[in-house]
Amino acid sequence: MKEQLEKIEALAKQELNSCTEIKALDDLRIKFLGKKGELTAILKQMGQLSAEERPVIGQLANKVRADIEEALSSKLASLKANAQAAKLAEEKIDITLPGKHSPFGKLHPLTKVENEIREIFIGMGFNIADGPEIDDDYHVFEALNLPPDHPARDTQDTFYIEGTNESVLLRTQTSSVQVHVMENQKPPIRIISPGRVFRSDAVDATHSPLFHQIEGLVVDKGITMSDLKGTLEMLMKKLYGNDCKLRFRPHHFPFTEPSCEVDISCFNCGGKGCSMCKDEGYIELLGAGMVHPKVLENCGIDSNEYSGFAFGLGLERMVMGRYDINDLRLLYENDVRFLEQF
Amino acid sequence: MNLSMKWLGDYVKADMPIKDFCHALTMSGSKVECYEKEGSNISNVVVGKILSKGPHENADALFVCQVDIGAEAPIQIVTNAKNVKEGDLVPVALDGAVLPEGKIKKCKMRGVESFGMFCGIDTLGLTIHDFPYADPEGVFVIEEDCKLGEDIHTAIGLDDTSVEFEITSNRPDCLSVIGLARETAATYGTELNVKAPEFKGVDGDINAMLKVDIHNTEKCQRYCAGIVRNVKIGPSPRWMRERLRASGVRPINNFVDITNYVMLEYGQPMHAFDLRYVEGAHINVRNAKNGEKIMTLDGVERELTEDMLVIADEKKPVAVAGIMGGEYSGIMTDTTTVVFESAYFEPTQVRRTSKALRLKSDASSRYEKGVDRLISMTCLKRAFQLVEELGAGEVLNTVIDCDYTDKTPATVDFSAEWINSFLGTDISEADMIKYLERLDFKVENGMVIAPSFRIDIGCKADIAEEVARIYGYNNIPSTDFRGVARAEFTDEQKFVRTLRNTAVALGGYEIATYSFVSPKYFDKIKLPADSKLRKVVKIVNPLGEDTSVMRTSTIPSMLDVLSFNYNNRNEKACLFEISKEYIPASEEKPFINGDTLANNGKQKHQYSYSLPDEPQRLTIGMYGGESDFYTLKGMIEQILAELKIDDVEYVRANDNDIFDEKYALHPGRSAVILKDETPLGIMGEVHPEVQETYEIGVKTYVAKLNIPELMSAAAEKITYQPLPKFPATTRDLSLLVDEDMPVAELEKAIKNAIGKILEKVTLFDVYRSDDMKNNGKKSIAYSISMRSHEGTLTDEQADGAMKRVLKALNAIGAELRG
Repeated sequence: MKEQLEKIEALAKQELNSCTEIKALDDLRIKFLGKKGELTAILKQMGQLSAEERPVIGQLANKVRADIEEALSSKLASLKANAQAAKLAEEKIDITLPGKHSPFGKLHPLTKVENEIREIFIGMGFNIADGPEIDDDYHVFEALNLPPDHPARDTQDTFYIEGTNESVLLRTQTSSVQVHVMENQKPPIRIISPGRVFRSDAVDATHSPLFHQIEGLVVDKGITMSDLKGTLEMLMKKLYGNDCKLRFRPHHFPFTEPSCEVDISCFNCGGKGCSMCKDEGYIELLGAGMVHPKVLENCGIDSNEYSGFAFGLGLERMVMGRYDINDLRLLYENDVRFLEQF
Repeated sequence: MNLSMKWLGDYVKADMPIKDFCHALTMSGSKVECYEKEGSNISNVVVGKILSKGPHENADALFVCQVDIGAEAPIQIVTNAKNVKEGDLVPVALDGAVLPEGKIKKCKMRGVESFGMFCGIDTLGLTIHDFPYADPEGVFVIEEDCKLGEDIHTAIGLDDTSVEFEITSNRPDCLSVIGLARETAATYGTELNVKAPEFKGVDGDINAMLKVDIHNTEKCQRYCAGIVRNVKIGPSPRWMRERLRASGVRPINNFVDITNYVMLEYGQPMHAFDLRYVEGAHINVRNAKNGEKIMTLDGVERELTEDMLVIADEKKPVAVAGIMGGEYSGIMTDTTTVVFESAYFEPTQVRRTSKALRLKSDASSRYEKGVDRLISMTCLKRAFQLVEELGAGEVLNTVIDCDYTDKTPATVDFSAEWINSFLGTDISEADMIKYLERLDFKVENGMVIAPSFRIDIGCKADIAEEVARIYGYNNIPSTDFRGVARAEFTDEQKFVRTLRNTAVALGGYEIATYSFVSPKYFDKIKLPADSKLRKVVKIVNPLGEDTSVMRTSTIPSMLDVLSFNYNNRNEKACLFEISKEYIPASEEKPFINGDTLANNGKQKHQYSYSLPDEPQRLTIGMYGGESDFYTLKGMIEQILAELKIDDVEYVRANDNDIFDEKYALHPGRSAVILKDETPLGIMGEVHPEVQETYEIGVKTYVAKLNIPELMSAAAEKITYQPLPKFPATTRDLSLLVDEDMPVAELEKAIKNAIGKILEKVTLFDVYRSDDMKNNGKKSIAYSISMRSHEGTLTDEQADGAMKRVLKALNAIGAELRG
């Protein structure tokens, strides 16, 4: 019987070796280990053995069963692995084919940059204020120290509203929001106000009768011009990186004193001078200054107790600089092929 | 303001490199726009002397000249110029010379070699005004003192540099050479060297020849006049012409040039006129009479009003004060006696008159900003000094000076401590005083005294600016923000941000359009004549009709952009915009300004006009791709879902008058969106006629949602619903209904019939067999999901619910499809 068992084991292993399909493995299991299988058949003959032989053969039979089972399962594992590998190989796809898209739109570049600026200022403790686009002469000019007949009014070609005797107009600057805010809020004030402004400029590559400004206003006790500088420098570093440099030039705005224009080191050459910055190394960026005491007083704020600064950024200029857009008109034409680039 | 650097050099050291000068002045507050070296587009042109001029062997119209250019040997030049002769000095463009018109090369002209070209006055970029003796047609025969071979720039004075400044409206004093010299001296810390002008004069009593009366001493505070007799009108000397040219002013004749020269030098407008035309030899500075007329120098007759100021003789106005002289007041070739006027007119007066007459001049633009009110006499003397220097006539040694000016200087408290605390600096008091004194301010007894030409000084901050700009803005330290401030987006800002991001997530491309549009859009979107949208805010002075009214609907702007894209062959577009409409205020709304003044509570201004409303809208537009009514509706539904606005109703836009944009939409494919009776917006397919008007060749869809209404409809808070513990029971339902039965009604009936256990009604099929079509019917199939939170629904419960559903559906004419 011992020989028979060894023969069965050898035969089983031989057949297992040549087996290539998982289904055939089951047949082999039945053939050798099943109830009507060859091993069972032999074990049925155990009764004929002597008492001494029985445990020896029994042990051997169990070992043969265990060996065959192990061989079966390892064969199964290897066949499964092969099959899996074959399946995976078969399922190979061209991973360079394009992906499937859900529709997804884009924010307008003006919104993108404006959002960025809003976030920066929120982080610096500035609330965001709104004001009317169609406003009255008082808020746009007079309260900002631009009385009637002020020569600086000439520089802001104003659109007036019919039937109002030039007392209602399209705001030429977001500075009007300064007045609205100061009329309604006591210091400390820290706001920005992004929005549309209107000037009678014919449309060309750098002019539009409608554009966007972002006004900033801070009023509190002890606000200094160095605070203004520090705030604008922080803003620009956040927007354009730590390497950018600002240059402050004296200028004149009726509603600030001292007033300045602020230039930023050229995006293109970094300050060395190139064609983009007309060899200046700097590009004009915004206007700013310390709030004129008359403006504070006009809004009911004691200029002996409080001081403040204000600034106004041109959003279009920042967007055009950011994305290298050379024609302002593109922003308002809204060609899909333009919009999808942002 | 164009500044001649040579002229500047009269008053201050100005030999620094030009770039350095421009930068330094810009940084101290006088912004340089650009500079131009005169004749920089000319090179290799020298003075030559014609040694001989002979005929050309092959051409009658040409001549062959031998020209001495200061070199060892003369050169040969072929010319067609008839106005040159042997011995003439001429500008010679040598081989390789550059001229404004191009390069010059040696060449053969009809077989004879020519080594250059003679230049005419125009070839050098000059005009007859620069050299009145030059022949405008021929070659420029030079009558200047110069050497053979000398570079043309120095030979004819084309070697100045002109610097263009942008002078802000608060600094009219810098619209002058002396003003800029002062700034230069202050910037560099060098000396300003201006001498008081003096003239000798001839004996004569002006009072015997001229009388001056100022009738309005508020508007005209000073009037100085003097007389030059036996005048010799002629061109002014070259140095004066050169300086005028570099300043951008065309030389005319010695008298006109002198007035312009003094104006450029001191910033004081001057006027010179012929005494012959002053009737009664009596100048009256007075208000005009209503309807009084004057023909101004520009040849236009102007009707005056009594709030305007004129210079008049005994009968008529001879000049509009501070703006322009009358036609006959000017200097003519036969003028013998000239009156010089140097006056101070009040700025607002000049500005208002200039605006009312739509008449501007160099003089008016200076007066309206404000000239130095104490400088009139100085400038009159300077003009006379020049008259004598030019030998242009005899100046009477007596002058008239009617002076009503207030000589009190502007003063401001001086506190170095306050200035430092305002600027955030640590500048010593001594330095501050030094800076101020360089600018001609005086500091005495704790006060800063402003010079009379500084019309912009009135408060402490003004002094701080003067200190800061000379100290250097860029030397002021930068400080990080101190203190803590709380800031957050407002609910509205957050809401709009969500709206915008949702529209993007659903495939919308954001656009930006103008707030003003063409009034033609009323007809383009088929608005009836009495539509409320036709009541618009109009602009008095628009750039053009296209941008002349503030839009009352955002939809035409969207249609314009869709049309633009379609016509640019973009095959599809899905766009959105968040922007405002401008709705004229209803008459009842009073408009009072300043009534909310926080601190003093007093009303400041009251207007009788109302400001319009500016409500925000979300506008959506699409064409091409998968666009159809339901794509747009799906987008809106998803937006509303994101905003947690449930249970909205879509009703036919045609059936109500909420939105007049309905006229722009397909009557059978448009809807108004309602939430509890509140209209949220309108949507639909664009009417085929409107689509054609906008030249869009495919079906187009638009929607407009009112943001304030959306915001109040949006759920304030999201409450979590527990996940279901028990399984849902589903029943399908196939119905046969009339063709025009809106499915919304079926759904409403189903919802009401099932009640609380209803989880979801899903429409999964709309079908029309031929038979159904013939009978005006359609089949609608629903999957109804029911679930209870108390336990698994029994079949009886579910069937009971379905029975109620069928009953309810039958009641509205829907039957179970067999």
